[in-house]
Amino acid sequence: METLRTFFSFSDPNITAVVVGAILLTASSAVVGTFTLLKKKALVGDAVAHAVLPGICLAFLLAGNKNPFLLIIGAFVTGWISLVLIDYITAKSKIKEDTAIALILSVSFGIGILLLTYIQQTGNAAQTGLESFLFGKAAALVGQDLWIFGIVAIILILTVSLFFKELKLIAFDENYAAALGLPVKGLNLLLTSLTVLAVVTGIQAVGVVLMAAMLITPAAAARFWTNDVLTMTVIAALMGAFSGLAGAFVSYTAPTMPTGPWIVMIVSIIALISFFFAPKRGIISKSIEQQRLQFLIMEENLLKELYHLGEIDEDPFKKRTINELIAKRFFPRLPLKSALRRLRRQGFISRKEDGFQLTKEGRTKGKRVVKLHRLWELYLSRYMKIAPDHVHEDAETIEHVITPELEAELERLMDYPELDPHDSKIPY
Amino acid sequence: MDALYIILTASLFAISCSLLGSFLILRKMAMVGDAISHAVLPGIVIAFLLTGSRDSFDMIIGAALLGVFTTFLIEFFHKRARLQTDAAIGVTFTWLFALGIILISVYAGQVDLDQECVLYGEIAYVPLDLWITDNGQILGPKALYVAAIMLVLNIAFMLSGFRFLHITTFDPAYAASIGISTALWHYLLMGAVSMTTVAAFDSVGAILVVALFVVPPATAYLLTDKLKPMLLIGAAIAVFISIVGYYLAVAIDGSIAGAIVTIAGLVFGIVFILKKKNSVLIRNNYENS
Repeated sequence: METLRTFFSFSDPNITAVVVGAILLTASSAVVGTFTLLKKKALVGDAVAHAVLPGICLAFLLAGNKNPFLLIIGAFVTGWISLVLIDYITAKSKIKEDTAIALILSVSFGIGILLLTYIQQTGNAAQTGLESFLFGKAAALVGQDLWIFGIVAIILILTVSLFFKELKLIAFDENYAAALGLPVKGLNLLLTSLTVLAVVTGIQAVGVVLMAAMLITPAAAARFWTNDVLTMTVIAALMGAFSGLAGAFVSYTAPTMPTGPWIVMIVSIIALISFFFAPKRGIISKSIEQQRLQFLIMEENLLKELYHLGEIDEDPFKKRTINELIAKRFFPRLPLKSALRRLRRQGFISRKEDGFQLTKEGRTKGKRVVKLHRLWELYLSRYMKIAPDHVHEDAETIEHVITPELEAELERLMDYPELDPHDSKIPY
Repeated sequence: MDALYIILTASLFAISCSLLGSFLILRKMAMVGDAISHAVLPGIVIAFLLTGSRDSFDMIIGAALLGVFTTFLIEFFHKRARLQTDAAIGVTFTWLFALGIILISVYAGQVDLDQECVLYGEIAYVPLDLWITDNGQILGPKALYVAAIMLVLNIAFMLSGFRFLHITTFDPAYAASIGISTALWHYLLMGAVSMTTVAAFDSVGAILVVALFVVPPATAYLLTDKLKPMLLIGAAIAVFISIVGYYLAVAIDGSIAGAIVTIAGLVFGIVFILKKKNSVLIRNNYENS
């Protein structure tokens, strides 16, 4: 508790610096990542992250010191080249994009490692700390580094907000953007540059290997909470910022813990929670919704079959046994029993000795499903010119979906028809 | 002698990877291979904590299970949460890799692994870890035996399942229609990829193993359209880059694995350029005639 208070009082300027740095770096990569994710180019960021390593090493070899400005330029150049190469290989040979990404990623990392180990052997004292690019050093960001990366992060966020509408368009529909007269090529170039810049700064926080997570994970998680791009970008940025803050806190309380992996761990947990528990799109709410629909369809089918049986015997309220129902239509026994229980609770059927009968409400509901089924069959054969023996399957699905408005529209359009294409009476 | 041991070990691993990698490429699963190679890390650390050693076959199988679990997770997120594939891959492997690194930091005293070794391995130490029998006879480096056994297993897997791997790769719909389970062969292949990754981990690390999976077969793929020649050419390239890479590393005193991958990239680049020139020539001839 004490450490928590010390940490969040920000009385120590070092802590403030680290926290501000970590938040800026993670949030800005999350913002850019939103667009690469929507463009279905999420893994390209991974390749850039690995390709940055040889650039850093080369810049160091040329400059002989760790001037952050030069390192950024070196990283930017090789990161850029890697993207160009991926596009070039994919366009000019039969090699597919995923192979090209894996190839550029691993080869440039191999070159980077070769250069890094070479630099380490040379005994240049200035090289210590160069390997921190592998896993990041958010907790050690101070002074000059922080200023430079902070400024880059702010440039990133500003550029994205300036070109927000255009970036959104090319993320979803390049052709449409081109038709509107937007410079698609230039915008793609802009997004590429932003990605490279985000990677170059982001690896300060989490390192080369885990950089992909900073681009992909917050955006992927944010996607589960909204359909609006602006909201998604903001949520992704907040998730990134929170994980940056939490990661900085972890390494403050336990200095032996690596900050980068903790940032990734925290943002991944946020993502997993989103995947499972997000309303509407989450796995759990989706399976609940699916279950609800299955129940509804089962119940409506049951009422429909009960109505059919009543039509045949001309006694709508006659008692039916479970075996009779199964003989009429193959219902699996266990789901059938639970559906009957649910219908009884809703008051659509009532139990009578060893069987069931429709209540008045049940008959009305069953009648409506049958009516919708037959109306749709007639509509298909009359307006879509589909043969009468091909319309049943489609009606079987649509009967559960048609809204009262559409129902009225169908009735009006066909002027309350008497018979369906199979000459069965349409009940009103 | 040390040079021979190192080159031999590297070559054997590289051949294994190249054979499996051919199928990964053709199935458009190169990035899944990348994901597996990262995601086995926590498995390796946990198995290491449980068994206390890093060259037992129990550990290889234990960690490999995690690799198969990774592919399962990716598909789960893709199918059940409707997450786009690239994002599912990216989220899954970074998460598991971060978990592995955190585990290494937590158990730093007990696990003889460090973060750098995880990334690019240290094949130069191969000749130091010898297999010595109880009566003192030296049988050679342990890693060499692991590499040889993995290669034998992989070749056996390929030979026995070639027909099935072939069909499920090129025409999964047809395979399914004649009763071959595509899912079974998918997971078998993923299992083989995971096991090979874990076995090669000490020598080449998590990321460079991806290069061995992807670069030699991709180079071979540029040169041929047929599967069998592709496998053979890939294997030949694997041996070539191991030899040249070793001497490059010795020359500049850098990481051997890094040098092997650098040479692999170079070979790919040369083949790519020659191939392109060639196709331009062919096109010109065609247009002139």
